[in-house]
Amino acid sequence: MTMAALFFYLFAGVAVASAFMVIASRNPVHSVLFLILTFVNAAGLFILIGAEYIAMLLVVVYVGAVAVLFLFVVMMLDVDFVELRQGFLQYLPVGALVGFIFLAELVLAFSSWTFGAGVTGAVANARPAVSNTVQIGRVLYTDYLYFFQAAGLVLLVAMIGAIVLTLRHKENVKRQSIAAQNARTKAMAIDIVKVPSGKGL
Amino acid sequence: MTETSTLDTILHVLLIVAQSLGLLVGLLIIVAYVLLADRKIWAAVQLRRGPNVVGPFGLFQSFADLIKFVLKEPVIPDGSNKGLFLLAPFITCLLALAAWAVMPVSAGWVVADINVGVLFIFAISSLSVYGVIMGGWASNSKYPFLSALRAAAQMVSYEVSIGFVIVTVLMCAGSLNLSAIVEAQDKPLGLFGWYWLPLFPMFVIFFISALAETNRPPFDLGEAESELVAGFMVEYGSTPYMMFMLGEYVAIMTMCALTTILFLGGWLPPFPIAPFTWVPGIIWFLLKVLLVFFGFAMAKAIVPRYRYDQLMRLGWKVFLPISLVMVVLVASVLHFTGLAPGAGG
Repeated sequence: MTMAALFFYLFAGVAVASAFMVIASRNPVHSVLFLILTFVNAAGLFILIGAEYIAMLLVVVYVGAVAVLFLFVVMMLDVDFVELRQGFLQYLPVGALVGFIFLAELVLAFSSWTFGAGVTGAVANARPAVSNTVQIGRVLYTDYLYFFQAAGLVLLVAMIGAIVLTLRHKENVKRQSIAAQNARTKAMAIDIVKVPSGKGL
Repeated sequence: MTETSTLDTILHVLLIVAQSLGLLVGLLIIVAYVLLADRKIWAAVQLRRGPNVVGPFGLFQSFADLIKFVLKEPVIPDGSNKGLFLLAPFITCLLALAAWAVMPVSAGWVVADINVGVLFIFAISSLSVYGVIMGGWASNSKYPFLSALRAAAQMVSYEVSIGFVIVTVLMCAGSLNLSAIVEAQDKPLGLFGWYWLPLFPMFVIFFISALAETNRPPFDLGEAESELVAGFMVEYGSTPYMMFMLGEYVAIMTMCALTTILFLGGWLPPFPIAPFTWVPGIIWFLLKVLLVFFGFAMAKAIVPRYRYDQLMRLGWKVFLPISLVMVVLVASVLHFTGLAPGAGG
């Protein structure tokens, strides 16, 4: 039990510290890398509570794919971030207001939080005989089928939106037709000529 | 906590440390010779001799290279981001080695026998893209940066089809545990019961995607010499460069081992009868890994490099649809023929 507590404080401490560094570091690329460190530590916390499937998915999806795209964008931005910070005091009241509203909402939400009957029993049974991958698999496509489909639909709409926004058909760009390239045969591509010596073609 | 249980904990930790060390030493020695084998095979295809000076048949070449790299002076470019520049090769190397923690090299011979072994390796291999990006960006130079973007996009793209290939294997085996996947292939048919035969298209896709995922030729677009010099490693030298190379080759071994476990029956003998079953499982495992690696080396030697748009087209427009259809197909076949395994764990 002490080992688990030790690892909890390690993961939680690093997660909080790196979450702080996300907003504190001056270089935006460092910020993204600290964000990634936060994700990895959150995955460690998930493993500690026995949710190894969620932990691995967090690493695969967020760290392995989403954060990579984040990093791409930040690396390619050529923005002078020192200049951006100059209006800091000007935006401070608005930022503080938004932060305060968010904090108030969180306090209200968590203070009125009640656990339903039977939830405590589920928490006590955190390490059952069946691994949680199997458990998720059993309920995801049966009890939660409509939620799953709805989530898929939202993602599909988002994907189509992204494609529509970025797809440009430029007129004077040469495009390759892979089918035409593959359809070429030896007879079409090369012309073998027997050149008589001294005459040329 | 009582005194005996503390002692047990310490012994347990010591045992894990010893196992990890043993695995690491074995792995690194094998990687040294695999590197040599890679160069020898490549040379043989091109009718050259390859490294043949250091030791008999050049057997100590990799160790000579190691000493050379370590003794050289590390050069850090002036405008680089020094911390990240040095961190990138460490991350590459560390992640590549970490994947071996869950690799079962024989029945029960695994450091960490976790339930989500496949996902762990998948997660680690999706993390390894950060070594490339950080190295390319921290160098503060144009070619490494371009190459890092290319290599990262390539690795992320091919991870998608690798994921679907893994899903089909998981559906057949009914488990995410690597040892359980190997045991699910243990059938009286021997090597014809392994998943390479029923899932042959996925086996081919996995092999090609593994080449792309590890930035091996013919998909080494990240370091296409004619265009990008040495890719994201242009600014690296001495020990940091060696760590990149080590990470790359360990990642290749990981992919070979994963192919072996998912499709070639891991440590199982090719025929479950007497003379084959006498050979210990680790020998079979090693032989299969080296066989897959021979495929990697031959692909490097004989296949010309893809163009970048061809590579992306292959990943997104060919492999992704095929693997998606195969996932649906395999799931349907398993469901309607009643062959689907029970949820083992």
